[in-house]
Amino acid sequence: MLEKYLPLAIILAFAVFIGFFVVILGTIFGPRRPTERKSAPYESGMIPYGPGTRRMNVSYYLVAVLFILFDIEIVFVLPWAVIFRELGVPGLVLMGIFLVVLEVAFVYAWKKGALEWE
Amino acid sequence: MTPLQIVFLLVAAITLFSAVMVVSIRGMMHAALFLVLTLMGVAFMFATLGSRFFAIIQILVYIGSIAILIIFAVMLTRNIMDAEVASLNRGWWFFAPLALLIFASIVLVLSSWSAFATLRDLSSTSGENILEFGKALTDPNGFVIPFEVASVLLVAAMVGAVYIAMERRGGRG
Amino acid sequence: MDGAMILEWVIKSIFLILVMTGGFAYVTLYERKVLARIQVRIGPNRAGPFGVLQPVADGIKLIFKEELVPAKADKLIFTLAPVLTVIPALIITAVVPWGTEVTLFGRTIKLYLADINIAVLYLMAVTSISIYGIALAGWSSNNKYATLGGLRATAQMISYELALGFAMIVPVMMAGSMSLVDIVESQKPVWFVFVQPLAFLIYFIAALAEINRSPFDMPEAEQELTAGYHTEYSGMKFALFFMAEYIKMIAISMIGSSLFLGGYRGPFVDQLPALGPLYLFIKVAIVLFVIIWIRATLPRIRYDRLMQFGWKVLFPLALLNVFVTGVVLILVGG
Repeated sequence: MLEKYLPLAIILAFAVFIGFFVVILGTIFGPRRPTERKSAPYESGMIPYGPGTRRMNVSYYLVAVLFILFDIEIVFVLPWAVIFRELGVPGLVLMGIFLVVLEVAFVYAWKKGALEWE
Repeated sequence: MTPLQIVFLLVAAITLFSAVMVVSIRGMMHAALFLVLTLMGVAFMFATLGSRFFAIIQILVYIGSIAILIIFAVMLTRNIMDAEVASLNRGWWFFAPLALLIFASIVLVLSSWSAFATLRDLSSTSGENILEFGKALTDPNGFVIPFEVASVLLVAAMVGAVYIAMERRGGRG
Repeated sequence: MDGAMILEWVIKSIFLILVMTGGFAYVTLYERKVLARIQVRIGPNRAGPFGVLQPVADGIKLIFKEELVPAKADKLIFTLAPVLTVIPALIITAVVPWGTEVTLFGRTIKLYLADINIAVLYLMAVTSISIYGIALAGWSSNNKYATLGGLRATAQMISYELALGFAMIVPVMMAGSMSLVDIVESQKPVWFVFVQPLAFLIYFIAALAEINRSPFDMPEAEQELTAGYHTEYSGMKFALFFMAEYIKMIAISMIGSSLFLGGYRGPFVDQLPALGPLYLFIKVAIVLFVIIWIRATLPRIRYDRLMQFGWKVLFPLALLNVFVTGVVLILVGG
């Protein structure tokens, strides 16, 4: 059973190899003459000011929190989706309750304005 | 040793190493990335133990969403990012052997349990476990109550996170 | 499991990776040609007949370009990020079947690399990993535009990943299996796109947003973010981002074709299995044409609208679609 997954390991190894190979290729053949101007951050030719990274908006964080919740929801729905015909109406009702309860959080986040972007 | 066991031990070593790096490395982003490596190692361990479903779930939920949240959180707290504080506790030379001692005693206690040393070959189990999982979730004799309660728990966590974050945003803007 | 089997997998893996990288090279040419025709131009036509050697020339040029690394960048992560972007793109199509099986040199060869019973879950997991390269590229560059571009891309990708996931659940429900081989085979009577046009539409829109493709290419909006997360990248490292983007285009076309458009199925494919890859190729080419056509036609969506569309329209719609499909299939008995 596990050997069905061996091809995935093989292709993963090849993909990792290709990725590093291309990076090394560029390092070998590309010239390397850094100057101060070249290694400054690119800001469309203007003189860079301020720190390169700054604190991000909290909205991004909220999106990530919401994402975890619904990612877990997908994980629960998938096994049900495979055999929902066999489970029939009781399975449907139970899954419906699960989804409706989770959607309470979605509606709350919506009403609270967590999905608004300024 | 079978090749599978060698792979398992290798993965376990990488997992342990990166777990140590998570707590000892200085930069927060690097620590977060080592955490991702640790979680990936755990996923590979699930896979080598024969639980493909949970290996993929581990990647999807832990690496694909929870670790992303942690990386966002690191970006959110940019100000204390490169603080010049020692990452090791002052008394680490005392507590490191203590932790090892506790680990050894746990292993000692567990090894007296007869099932501890028996190896079960799980690599030959069939792939039907998803069907069983799906059935168990909605089976009254199975896990239907935990399944439904889990949704309430998730909602509570979600509402809390939104409430706290929105308060902060309101205070700032 | 024997030596010949492992050799077969190695050959198939190399073949798949060569097809994806070669496909990348020629999709860039395809895109430039189609865009040029839409804009009443000719497009690249100097390197070789009809410009067929253009991708090769581009590649050789990029190898000999100087690679700049910003002075304050995190060197290790800066180098790792393009590699982390291209790996998921290369491995995601490993579970997509090309056909049933053919006999070659007296050996029956199955025309897919891996048929796992959790293939759809695998697709979602690999998609979720592909966020890392982009987020880290933005963060490690230590550049305002790159950081903001990386953040925007990450938030956009996780938002649309939900709609994408729910859209992919629908074929799983129709087929009663997560294996892509089973899903393609169960489209023998009718393609799922005719039964579930809404799910296909949601999949297509969400997938475009997932790979930051026009009209959802806000993270790379050159007018306000120069080039987004790969602003500071040049030479072969930039080539890797470029490669990942185009391979992802091929990948979503292949996955979309397999989930909704019948994959390798077509007339006479049961009698002549070798037709399977050809049908898949034609379908992928058509989907790619639509993607390029959209780029040539539609303007970019503003970022706040984009996020609101993902969360307030696409995600509830996808969820409702899954549930309604469940109700209908159980009550009607599909």
